[in-house]
Amino acid sequence: MQEFEPKIVAFVCNWCTYAGADLAGTSRIKYATNVRIVRFPCTGRIDYMLILKAFQNGADGVIVSGCHPNDCHYTSGNFHARRRWIVFNELLELLGFDKRRLFFSWVSAAEGAKWANLVNEVVTEVRKLGPFNEYEELSKINVNSIGEICNV
Amino acid sequence: MSELINKIRQFFASQTIDLFIGYKKGRFGEGKPAFFTKPEQLKELVFDDKCIVNLAVYLRKPELKKFSKIGILANFGTLRALLQLAAENQIVDGQYLIFTVVDGKVLEFTNLKAIEEYVSKNLPKPNPERVALLKEIESKPREERWDWWTRELSSCIRCYACRAACPLCYCEQCLVECNQPQWVEVPPTGIGNLEWHIVRAMHLAGRCIGCGECEAACPMEIPIGLLTQKLNMTIISNFGQIPGTKLEPNYALSTFKVDDKENFIR
Repeated sequence: MQEFEPKIVAFVCNWCTYAGADLAGTSRIKYATNVRIVRFPCTGRIDYMLILKAFQNGADGVIVSGCHPNDCHYTSGNFHARRRWIVFNELLELLGFDKRRLFFSWVSAAEGAKWANLVNEVVTEVRKLGPFNEYEELSKINVNSIGEICNV
Repeated sequence: MSELINKIRQFFASQTIDLFIGYKKGRFGEGKPAFFTKPEQLKELVFDDKCIVNLAVYLRKPELKKFSKIGILANFGTLRALLQLAAENQIVDGQYLIFTVVDGKVLEFTNLKAIEEYVSKNLPKPNPERVALLKEIESKPREERWDWWTRELSSCIRCYACRAACPLCYCEQCLVECNQPQWVEVPPTGIGNLEWHIVRAMHLAGRCIGCGECEAACPMEIPIGLLTQKLNMTIISNFGQIPGTKLEPNYALSTFKVDDKENFIR
């Protein structure tokens, strides 16, 4: 049987992690190809709804990454994002959401190697967890199943 | 009560107020929100511990714009909601005459500053039963918690009564009504319900005054108040900001500290 290949979505900021991923490429560092990178102007722009939408559309893991604290291109975007993540993280914890599939990280423009390592670690960890069946199950409660319930 | 009614009658007579929002007895003995525009209607006014509806929810309604000065009979949740609304620039100080009854004594607030002092002196401790319930849920293993919440949330019919009852859910266009792009599925689907309750809790994080109206309004009796309660506890313990206690802006998620602590960012 073929090994499970997780789909990873990475939300990264334009100024640090995207440049860091670029550096990993120009430095010819090889890393797992499972990651799909989405570029944002700033970590402060990365809404928690986007994370949820990624999971809804079949992502098995999500990486959110941006500039280290004090390095934000817009001075404070990552500080605001950090507060929001602290709160969001607690909410997911209470809901029992599988937080092992959600990764937060600071990767600067100079850390191409850290980015490559991060992606490799994430892919290994998510591969161990397998496909995100819990969310898949939840999506089965949909318009069709509601129709069936109503017809009974 | 008669002391209060006499007072309000006088305010009506002197035309200090032209609308009074209070409660009258509902069909099931509950306190039902009531709008009084004439002094003779006031004989129906009641105020007891069954008057739990947060009357601050009406203050931003367009129907109230034609009234110049409004009197409100406020329970503690309403007082806090008034402060939070003022902190968010949603109501103007001086437009309201606020009354509350504590141990049979009528308290009258002519401005919001007085409410701020009163609230900060009388801030209640969190309800121990609710804290215990939260602890009990949190102590379950993750998978059980997920199953429990998905089961609870699957009964949601997405009537948005929680949103309508909340004095702080006042956005003219809510994210769930946005369909370009469609963020949250409209019918009560599994993922849509989860997302709606996450969105609701996140948008109220650091703003929720914990009046419990959302949960009281829920026809399916989903304990959704736990979500906002948990986030408030997180915000108070991490950032030290208590919503609905200050007149100046006090929103934890619109500010930051350089040394905010977390343990999950790699």
